[in-house]
Amino acid sequence: MAETICRTLRDGGLEGEHAPALAIKDSVASSFGLDVFSHVLTQLSNYILAGKSQSRGLVVVAFRRSPSFYVNLLKERGIDVNHKWIRILDCYTDPLGWKELLNVKELSQEASTLSSICRDVRDLDKLYSSIIELGKGLIGQEKGRFSVAIDLVSKMLRHAPISSVAILLSNLRSHDQVSSIFWLLHSDLHEVRVSAVLEYLSSMVASIEPIIATTIGKKGDLENLSWLEQNFRKGKFHVRFKRRNGRVRVMCEELHAELSGINFTSVSSEDGIINQRLIPKVQFNLQLSEKEQTERAKVVLPFEHQGNGKPIQIYDGRRSISDNKNEETLVSTGILQTDEDTGKGEIIYFRDSDDEMPDSDEDPDDDLDI
Amino acid sequence: MNDNQSLNLLDRALGLDQQSRPWLLSGRVVLVEDCVESTASFVLHHLIKRSLCLNSSNVIVFVAFANPFSHYDRVLRKLGCNLVTQRDNNRFFFFDMLMLQCPDGDEGKSEVGLVLLYEKIRKTISVLPEDKKSHVTVMIDNISLMEVAANGASDYVLDFLHYCHALTSEFGCSLVTLNHEDIYSNTETPTFILQMEYLADILIKAEPLATGLAADVHGQLTVLNKATSHALGSSRNKVYNFHFKVKENSVEYFYPGSRG
Repeated sequence: MAETICRTLRDGGLEGEHAPALAIKDSVASSFGLDVFSHVLTQLSNYILAGKSQSRGLVVVAFRRSPSFYVNLLKERGIDVNHKWIRILDCYTDPLGWKELLNVKELSQEASTLSSICRDVRDLDKLYSSIIELGKGLIGQEKGRFSVAIDLVSKMLRHAPISSVAILLSNLRSHDQVSSIFWLLHSDLHEVRVSAVLEYLSSMVASIEPIIATTIGKKGDLENLSWLEQNFRKGKFHVRFKRRNGRVRVMCEELHAELSGINFTSVSSEDGIINQRLIPKVQFNLQLSEKEQTERAKVVLPFEHQGNGKPIQIYDGRRSISDNKNEETLVSTGILQTDEDTGKGEIIYFRDSDDEMPDSDEDPDDDLDI
Repeated sequence: MNDNQSLNLLDRALGLDQQSRPWLLSGRVVLVEDCVESTASFVLHHLIKRSLCLNSSNVIVFVAFANPFSHYDRVLRKLGCNLVTQRDNNRFFFFDMLMLQCPDGDEGKSEVGLVLLYEKIRKTISVLPEDKKSHVTVMIDNISLMEVAANGASDYVLDFLHYCHALTSEFGCSLVTLNHEDIYSNTETPTFILQMEYLADILIKAEPLATGLAADVHGQLTVLNKATSHALGSSRNKVYNFHFKVKENSVEYFYPGSRG
């Protein structure tokens, strides 16, 4: 399913429509957001380099990590990083112009050939034009499109109101040279309405949730700790796709953090996980397998009219009027039958209800008035 | 070798047990969170001692909002580390920020104090010889007092921390900060502490025992190490939990139930 996301971003948008947009959101309880972002970034880069995607280039807007982080990340995954297809807008090194104020000379790094620095992230208009400029620089005069990746919208929201951030994202989406766009958001840093606004702007929302919802070590008891450990290794990965016609599809996967990145595995059913987690490993079976369950359902109980059309009656200790009526008819049919064929008898049996177990510590003669 | 034997659970949790150069914390951000019932300043003292031990070449830039130099000197002397000598050898830079009061009032003015502090830290690192730059640890004791100094403008503190984070990727130095968790517990969304947790690669939480006070155990430490370690065989994202007992000139770390 993570594949589906990447493919949608690869395929880009149609002429005259908004570009597909992916919002990745996580929270501190399961903070794999940057890993998922890196995963999508790598996949999309692969597609672009192989010429399979609609976009010809990628503009990374780096708020959370330095440009050299992304260059190293892509290199580690065997991708050739060069200025032909990738540009990085560096909002990390000097987002507020402090260094300029202090006359700090930047050390020249390998990444600096690919990146251009933004010294005032509060000015979103300028940020927008820098992104478009970088993108146009990538594709040159040709008629082509490029993708945009913003690594942390939460940082943007610290310096600008949600309305201006929404305008920026919306403008990027509707720009006719933008093929696709994706961004990362730490949802617990903002009000619900803020993440809702950003979700409206996106056609896909990938949310990363903890496997077990827990308040991190409120009082660090051991049980909490093992939950924490679980959440620290893996998380739930929900994706909501919004189709053009308004249809919404939700899919769920599980993600595992590993040294080399993250892995996605499919989840067959929610119950499966719960059962695996809650039931301790014992030598005997506590649960029936599916085969055993179907076999048990087939077992014919004695004295019950089995599936010959009549409703099965269960005696639950009380008798309502309808029960009496049914009984009468049963009895009368019984009589009729005995009349017709005197050689045979019939046993009328009401099965006892399963949930009326005799209570051991209750005195059966409690209500006797002696 | 001798050094290896003195490694304790905290060192292991931080990944300091692997004998590799450069300093394993380089490029990482460590956040130490404590609360009123169990203070975690001993973690900072421990890290100072580890960094300044004989056979390492680490340098510490210590930004003190909480205590004067003489306090740290006395504590570290008990632990067997002479800060005065280290200061004279240019391995321990101490910035006394007890009196820092950012100018109040107009928009942007309280920022200036922190910008100047950033410049001071940056200058200190950039004049070091090239091979030492990646062995620098910037320590801040503590963030909540820094917030006080900035007249409660937590946004400026976050900006400052961002620039310190940028130092870690520029020079490969490490950043260790201490903050009190419980002072944010009343607010509905403790955004500030969450922002800090997002920044951190390693989170160390000091808490009292859930079962209450005990004579032999002073509290527990939970270490969440999310840093990707390039050393072979170590997996990422590990959680460690152990108890501690702070003694006069050392701290004991042990697994729950293994003592007493």
